[in-house]
Amino acid sequence: MPSPATPPETEPRLDLSGLTVAFGGLTAIDGVDFHVGAGETVALIGPNGAGKTTVFNAVCGLVRPQAGSIRIDGRPAPASPTKLLGRGVARTLQALGLVGGMTVLEHLLVPLTAARRGAIGAGAGAGADIDARTGTADPVAIALAELEAHDLAAFASTPVGALPYPDRKRVALARALVTRPSLLLLDEPAGGLGADDIARLDATVRRVAGEGCSVLLVEHHVDFVMGLADRIVVLDFGRVIATGTPAEVQADPRVEEAYLGVKAAS
Amino acid sequence: MDRLLFLLATGLARGAIFALFALSLVLIWRAARIVNFAQGAMAVVAVYVAFAVTGLTGSYWAGFASAIVAGAAIGFAVERGVMRFAPHDSPLSGVIIAIGLVMVLQSALGILFGATVRPMEVPFDERPIVIAGVPVLSPYDLFVLVVAVAVMAALGVLFTRTSLGLQLRASAFAPEVSRLLGVRVSRMLTIGWMLSAAVAALAALLLVPTELGLSPHSTDVLFVYAFTVAVVGGLDSPPGALLGGLVVGVLMSLVTGYLGATVAPIAVLVLLVVVLLVRPGGIFSARQVRQA
Repeated sequence: MPSPATPPETEPRLDLSGLTVAFGGLTAIDGVDFHVGAGETVALIGPNGAGKTTVFNAVCGLVRPQAGSIRIDGRPAPASPTKLLGRGVARTLQALGLVGGMTVLEHLLVPLTAARRGAIGAGAGAGADIDARTGTADPVAIALAELEAHDLAAFASTPVGALPYPDRKRVALARALVTRPSLLLLDEPAGGLGADDIARLDATVRRVAGEGCSVLLVEHHVDFVMGLADRIVVLDFGRVIATGTPAEVQADPRVEEAYLGVKAAS
Repeated sequence: MDRLLFLLATGLARGAIFALFALSLVLIWRAARIVNFAQGAMAVVAVYVAFAVTGLTGSYWAGFASAIVAGAAIGFAVERGVMRFAPHDSPLSGVIIAIGLVMVLQSALGILFGATVRPMEVPFDERPIVIAGVPVLSPYDLFVLVVAVAVMAALGVLFTRTSLGLQLRASAFAPEVSRLLGVRVSRMLTIGWMLSAAVAALAALLLVPTELGLSPHSTDVLFVYAFTVAVVGGLDSPPGALLGGLVVGVLMSLVTGYLGATVAPIAVLVLLVVVLLVRPGGIFSARQVRQA
């Protein structure tokens, strides 16, 4: 497949071409092409049901595409979600996927210990990688340092179920970041957050991107993504209808019609 | 008063076995969201293995170890060979498969070994020790209590202090995200079944010699009591299984002692009905915490 319209200088971190996913007779995404370059922040936007989360699920190996290719750092994406971490990919879920009875620290230890070589149930042996990227081999130290960065250190031994929603959301983000991913997939990171928490999220994503991590986010909050993303990809009915800088996309009449117009009218 | 003390003590020993078996049901429920109705039949297969090994080697302890290993192996075989293929859309399918498994296992044991009840030896005296004129626990009861406490403590350490336990908990409660975090969820499920079946086998091995003896149906009643315990304690609560087991054990012992042995099973079922009516989630259910 030909590379996307604006090929990056190096191999893109994530490269989707002709990606098609159908559930039964319904085509959820249809020939989607786009890429996320190294250190780039790309937002995937579009109305409900446009196929944004399906793109994420396909990248993560949770749904199998009917056609097209998903390449991570130039190599095909792993078929099994358990191998994603080993390829430097971390993802948050819209539903967060936290366990109320487990403490904040335990949540961060799950990916760290799962990745450790030799541990029963070890994933792809990403442990050594994480150690190298964080400079220590002690999972607890790595996890506590990450919690510190999110102002969560004081809650390390608190069960997650006892925290308010914005804090729980930060726990889910910290759990993804603690593995030092090179590609971060965020599903609705600003959903349900107030202005202060969104500002904090914005700062975190900018910091991570500044450290060279590529970020792909699905988000409904238009002001937030327009301020944050380097590039916007607009999906509608499973197809990419526009790609460009926030300014270009906002000026695109098709986008206005499909998404922003609807938003303004509501 | 002496009689009460005796009944309380034996009730505790009996209750510890119920608690262990109930804990095994809780382990599977937490890992797979299945009430494993085949747990008793699976455990009795392991007790037959122990019986055979003890018969061959003459050593109770060789049989003891082989029951645990056989229990884990049966858990592995049932999860990988049968339960893995149960449709996940309805909880009923797992239950029906488990009941089918009970029939297959018990019939197979009946064909292989006949329906005769075989007495089983225990390594310690079953007559109660008399302290200051009061008969209390027998050495075997003490052994049962020590084993039950040791197993529960070991499981507690496993689940709260080790990375395997962390991954078992994470994959039980958030399987999809755990896979994304690199946890091999399906392997964790198999380990959960193996742990659970091994604990059940151990509980059955401790109980069967104190009852009539070994037959394909030796664990039927144990399963009913342990199921009651698990429901009373809350199916997702290991401390609930522990306390529930002791409550049911003592209740049975007291009812047997004061009202007669035939009333005891009825008392347990009455307790089950009352708990289901008043607090269907179980007395120690952590459901509210979980949903938060």
